[in-house]
Amino acid sequence: MTGHGNETRELAPAQELESLDELWFQVGGTLCNLSCNHCFISCHPGNDTFGFLSIETVRKYLRESEKLGVREYYFTGGEPFLNRDMMQILEETLSIGPATVLTNGTVFTPGSIRRLRDISQASSYSLELRVSIDGYNPQTNDPIRGEGTFKQAIRGVRMLVQAGFLPIITIAQTWPEEDGPGVFDSFVETLKGAGYERPRIKILPTLHLGMEEERTRPYSRSERISAEMMENYDSSQLLCSRGRTVTDRGVAVCPLLIEAPDAHLGETLEEASGAFRLSHGACHTCYVYGAICSNVGGWGVD
Amino acid sequence: MTASTSEQAALIGGIYSNHLALEAALSDISSRNIGSIYCLGDLGAFGPHPDRIYPLLKAHSVKTLAGNYDDSLARDLPDCQCGYTDPRDNHFARLSYQYTYRNTSEENRSWLRTLPEEIRFELAGHKVLLCHGSPRRQNEFLWDSTTPDHFLEKFCDDYQADIIAVTHTGMKWKRRLPSGRLFVNVGVLGRPENDGSRRVWYAVLRGMKDRVTSEFIPVNYDAERLALEMREEKLPEEFAETIESGWWTTCLEILPEKERRAGRY
Repeated sequence: MTGHGNETRELAPAQELESLDELWFQVGGTLCNLSCNHCFISCHPGNDTFGFLSIETVRKYLRESEKLGVREYYFTGGEPFLNRDMMQILEETLSIGPATVLTNGTVFTPGSIRRLRDISQASSYSLELRVSIDGYNPQTNDPIRGEGTFKQAIRGVRMLVQAGFLPIITIAQTWPEEDGPGVFDSFVETLKGAGYERPRIKILPTLHLGMEEERTRPYSRSERISAEMMENYDSSQLLCSRGRTVTDRGVAVCPLLIEAPDAHLGETLEEASGAFRLSHGACHTCYVYGAICSNVGGWGVD
Repeated sequence: MTASTSEQAALIGGIYSNHLALEAALSDISSRNIGSIYCLGDLGAFGPHPDRIYPLLKAHSVKTLAGNYDDSLARDLPDCQCGYTDPRDNHFARLSYQYTYRNTSEENRSWLRTLPEEIRFELAGHKVLLCHGSPRRQNEFLWDSTTPDHFLEKFCDDYQADIIAVTHTGMKWKRRLPSGRLFVNVGVLGRPENDGSRRVWYAVLRGMKDRVTSEFIPVNYDAERLALEMREEKLPEEFAETIESGWWTTCLEILPEKERRAGRY
């Protein structure tokens, strides 16, 4: 199930690409060593719906992005570090701009950490590593991300911190709203216990797509953006106003909607620069929480 | 070649109510015989007695543009528009904004309403554009480690400028672009730049026939007195600590990896 109904498409407001600031690469496709039960694109070891991006493909889009004045580069999947070209991709990206990788933190080795440290130190641009952990202990994390994944991810965080990185711990909010502050504090305590003295934390809403649609519920028909809702709204909160996503099937509007047929906009960044109709439930989540995919902005516990 | 006074401009960034640093900087600028002084916005925030900034700017004929803080105060907005999401950062940003709003006179808030969002001028024939965050957005953070050359070149093309200068992040940096054009983040006078030193910074542009160069100038001032005034005004101890130690203690979430790593917290 992909949850991409199109019934409201004709009525949905269109969002222009105002400036291409963020270029995302679906560099891991839908291939992942984990099978999290809230994954909005249902990644797992056998899901090759989307494949890895090669260094040649990434390079082609990096060249085009320079002409368009792209500000930063993001790499996601699936698990990006399963892609054998990943280190070279990061090296080439960091020679022209800042890079962020969204990882599950479970596939690092001492050798890959050393290589990442060297690549980071050789660049004047920031390399951000966002490690997904969804609970502050195995009891809260592993039912979502899989048996043993808490221990593996914390081991990854520890290795990154020891190498001098300050990873951004990215947490999908699967607990009740009222537990928010307590959960945040528990994460801080856990991370400090793992040797991460000044943890950086980003909390995300879940998206009712893919596996998460089955775990909880699909989007309701009322969770859509109307034209009235866009009046006096800061459209820079919507990633589609300032970003595009490269997949192995061309350029999509954003990393959340790669499975939706209408999200595929063209082969080149130039071709994919047209307006996009905000007809999806995920557009509503992006509208409500704002900048959920970017490093800065979005939703904190307040 | 030595530039004449008419070919120099002093650029001061976020003042954050640090009237002692502003006084020291203005005195240093006078001693260098620099005639044109520009302020790139954010007069209030963080420090004590915000109203002490305004007479100093006026006495030195500082041409001033509006930062996001000034815009918030001018329009009676409920917050500073820094866009924090971390609960701790939000807590301190709220305290700071409420204090500054309460202690900025109506007359000064009216004056803030008159400030432009950008200032343009020519220096030895080169087009200079001054703004607060970025040419397109008053509260956009432009950090050294997250701002590519090609992104800045596009700004220079889109906004027709040979030199762009901004502030907003609280950390100075500059880049000579492949095209020869210049980008400068002038830093701020309001608080130290998270390097363990108490000093603060401003920038001087020097216009020559073939190009414009820039220099960052350190400013030493009576930081202990400022910290004392902050405590007397019951501003958060964390703010006074930053003034005394040179390390940021709040608003850390906005820092990219490299800038965050260079600090203590």
